[in-house]
Amino acid sequence: MNLRTKALTKSLAVFHAATSPCNNCDIEVLDLFTPRHDVERFGITLAGSVRHADVLVVTGVPNYKTAERLKKLYEQAPKPCFVIAIGGCACGRIVFQDSYNSPCPVDEIVPVDLYIPGCPPKPEAMIAGIIKLLNKLKGK
Amino acid sequence: MLKTIFNYLIFPGFLFSACIGLLACWVDRKVTARLQWRVGPPWYQNFLDIIKFSAKEIIVPEGARSTFLLSPYIGLLSVALVAAILGMNIRSAAEGFIGDLIVVLYLLIIPAASLIIGAFSSRNPLASVGASREMKLVLGYELPFILVVIAMIIKSKGAIQFGPIIESQMNFGSNIASVSGALSFIVAIFCMQAKLGFVPFDASEAEQEIMGGALIEYSGMPLGIFKLTKALMLYVMPVFLIVLFLGKDLTPLFLAVKYIGILVIIILIKNTNPRMRIDQSLRFFWGPMTLLALIALVLASLGL
Repeated sequence: MNLRTKALTKSLAVFHAATSPCNNCDIEVLDLFTPRHDVERFGITLAGSVRHADVLVVTGVPNYKTAERLKKLYEQAPKPCFVIAIGGCACGRIVFQDSYNSPCPVDEIVPVDLYIPGCPPKPEAMIAGIIKLLNKLKGK
Repeated sequence: MLKTIFNYLIFPGFLFSACIGLLACWVDRKVTARLQWRVGPPWYQNFLDIIKFSAKEIIVPEGARSTFLLSPYIGLLSVALVAAILGMNIRSAAEGFIGDLIVVLYLLIIPAASLIIGAFSSRNPLASVGASREMKLVLGYELPFILVVIAMIIKSKGAIQFGPIIESQMNFGSNIASVSGALSFIVAIFCMQAKLGFVPFDASEAEQEIMGGALIEYSGMPLGIFKLTKALMLYVMPVFLIVLFLGKDLTPLFLAVKYIGILVIIILIKNTNPRMRIDQSLRFFWGPMTLLALIALVLASLGL
């Protein structure tokens, strides 16, 4: 593993893409940055602009408007950029799969690297998921 | 010739000051985290951040001008030059040249100018908002900052060179020990905070409000260069203030103690203040700060 990949795994900048969620997952994502969980220990920070991001965190079921924007966001992000789908909605649309305003799940719009199910998933589950993603990056 | 290149690139210049600056950035992040009852990142975090940026794709927005990729490097080169000039003057007073204080004053504006040029050439509306705020901030803090520097020039008998300024402080005590020196130091601390783009005066890079502001379109290595420039500024500005105000004893140990002291003041101001709107910060600099600087100037010319 070269130095650049190692640096990438140790300093991820997260961009939070909320594609019409119910805000429950978003609050749990914000919990990661509070004193109890503090993911800045692992070098994970929130980015204001998608151009600064290494990870796109997607929450919610995309509807016709946000699906378009999610695709644009992914195209604007500098590669390598990983996509994490957080919550049951982003992973598989749960109760909204026959809904009139939901065209497709997240992984038909952008390539998803990691699914974290739950409604909402616990912050511990998210940290465990991120560690799995990092291990995959390191080739373990 | 070889010695000049060594001075510029390695010892008092780029490499040394970048290492110190990145470590100072880590101290800032760690203290901030501890104040918020968090653990904070490990000491090598900022080095990893810079290496990470080199692994990322560089995106140039459609229709951006060539200055978009050029301007970060101009800012970095000028700050590295300031670090070299200051370091050489601290090492021995004979290595300076007449007017190097004026040169350093100009070079210290270039990082802000490069940020403004880069943001305007990216053709992003939010970047333009950030750049116009940065421009107003520069107009705001340069006036009291230059007044304060003039006051210190008067105190050291009109010398516009770092060598004589340090020498006069060695003979007659540090500038901060006098009334005008103490007033000037207070003004200079706030101007430094604005020059570094730290919290009360970071309206141009407001992450929650204009999403990174002037830096919004930057990705990959140019963004890393901007972060590196900021780290270098965190080394250069405190050293500049030490040379101007606390120049009595510049042996490495005392220099380190003074540097850490100023770093503590910066971090304290950063962590105890909310972000100011741009009109508030402009009023702050052109009102009370300029008034204080003028009083210090008058006192200095009276010899106090």
